[in-house]
Amino acid sequence: MTIRQIDENPAGIHLPLEPLPGHTSRGRLERVLRRGEFAVTTELNPPDSADPEDVYNRAKIFDGWVDAINAVDASGANCHMSSVGICALLTRMGYAPIMQIACRDKNRIAIQGDVLGGAAMGVANMLCLTGDGVQAGDQPGAKPVFDLDSMSLLETIRIMRDNGKFLSGRKLTTPPQVFLGAAVNPFAPPYDFRPIHLGKKIAAGAQFAQTQYCFDVPMFRTFMQKARDLGHTEKLFLLCGVGPLASAKTAKWIRSNVPGIHIPDAVIKRLEGAQDQKKEGKQLCIDIINEVKEIPGVAGIHVMAYRQEEYVAEIVDESGVLKGRQPWKREIRRDDQLVADRLDHLLHDEITETQVDMVKTAH
Amino acid sequence: MSEQQPAVTQATLVKKAAPKSDYKPADVSPQRRVQRTFAVRLWSIRHSRLLEWFYSRFADVFLLLHPLWKGIGYGRVEAPVKFVEKRVKGFMFDCRMCGQCVLSSTGMSCPMNCPKQLRNGPCGGVRANGNCEVEPDMPCVWVKAWEGSRNMVHGDNILTVQKPVDQSLRETSAWLRVTAQAAAAREAAKNPGASA
Repeated sequence: MTIRQIDENPAGIHLPLEPLPGHTSRGRLERVLRRGEFAVTTELNPPDSADPEDVYNRAKIFDGWVDAINAVDASGANCHMSSVGICALLTRMGYAPIMQIACRDKNRIAIQGDVLGGAAMGVANMLCLTGDGVQAGDQPGAKPVFDLDSMSLLETIRIMRDNGKFLSGRKLTTPPQVFLGAAVNPFAPPYDFRPIHLGKKIAAGAQFAQTQYCFDVPMFRTFMQKARDLGHTEKLFLLCGVGPLASAKTAKWIRSNVPGIHIPDAVIKRLEGAQDQKKEGKQLCIDIINEVKEIPGVAGIHVMAYRQEEYVAEIVDESGVLKGRQPWKREIRRDDQLVADRLDHLLHDEITETQVDMVKTAH
Repeated sequence: MSEQQPAVTQATLVKKAAPKSDYKPADVSPQRRVQRTFAVRLWSIRHSRLLEWFYSRFADVFLLLHPLWKGIGYGRVEAPVKFVEKRVKGFMFDCRMCGQCVLSSTGMSCPMNCPKQLRNGPCGGVRANGNCEVEPDMPCVWVKAWEGSRNMVHGDNILTVQKPVDQSLRETSAWLRVTAQAAAAREAAKNPGASA
């Protein structure tokens, strides 16, 4: 006997939820955040394949541990399955994806089309990003588009949603109902401009924000202090980005090769001193979560465990951020279960009935 | 699942695999190759207050000359004014002639020099030393913009959300456009009934 989950459409898991007053989207993430629950999001490592099973398998390991899954848009300017494609697959299965849109690869015409397409498939959350430069990826000869920037992208989608219009002013028959997200990096210069920059993103339409990897809690605390003073945390749900480091070597490599990630020396020293560096990396991540969850204004965490996705569940569990709450999980519905129980034998029984036999048994 | 990350970036591998030849261009982006130094650009940002003062006088003079521009025809003066504007702003700010100048809102640091052409603030990839993610030797345009804006009287213009660039206005004169718009606004203010 299963009890129907609260954040699920009774007519089918792939359908949008009932609209609630004060909500701009019909998705699960906005409901969780607006209820005041500590949200957990994560990132799906996009497959380099055309097999939908690859996406389903990678999403399955997060079942019951996260509230939403980021579908990345060619992160690091490396080619992978597109975020629209991943979102199409995830929404079919009832997951709550956060569709990332990077300005690097598409101009405003393509982006606005994708926003409508995504929303039509049931994507309720969209994260507006500038995107890494093409030089960082596997195809450095590509043309960098950057027609919009993250700020004007936020504003574009907000105008589409609230005014029901394209950027050109042409009307939409049904506007996309989405929860808008932005990315913040409190760990890159100009440090004193970053909280103000976040305010600018709120003005452009951001409703939630995910930060870059946080390894320097004091620095994050200062940022949050300023953000609170400016009143940003009342207008936006801020999710702190965290993640495990696989080893001290990886940490050093990330520090020198991945732009915008700040790893203090103390972190590397702690990893170097450990017997099992991988375990220590996970423990470090849990310790950081325990510190940041106490900072006022932090509405959740965003766990980025690139190529260590199997640790996400353990990290969330051991840090206890969910406080016993279980996020939505794909479960077999009772009527489906009934049918499966009654007719399951059809799949295993080796009976071949002929038409003649069927007539005989009927008489 | 969790293998070690490669010690070199994918981009380095791709570059290494490229066919070798004797001619090796400088290892910077095509955009960066067209200009040599940042000295003048950085001077302009350091003196953003002075330039702000100067520009407001200059804009007033241009507006005073509105009857002249109108007399000759904005279309006809476009070419010579653009010729001068392109050279002056090109020298001072490494101007890219986007045709919709926002220098006074960006601390006199031209945002079109950002490899991502961001007009609303820095990206998340700024290096710890304040240099650009894409051009390691170039100071981030937005780090400089923030510094420059702090010296300016109307420095808080940096907080306004800028609209996306209208690509159809490339290679046109921003000076003349601003003047014509200011003149139109002045006319509208004088006789509010006319436009209605």
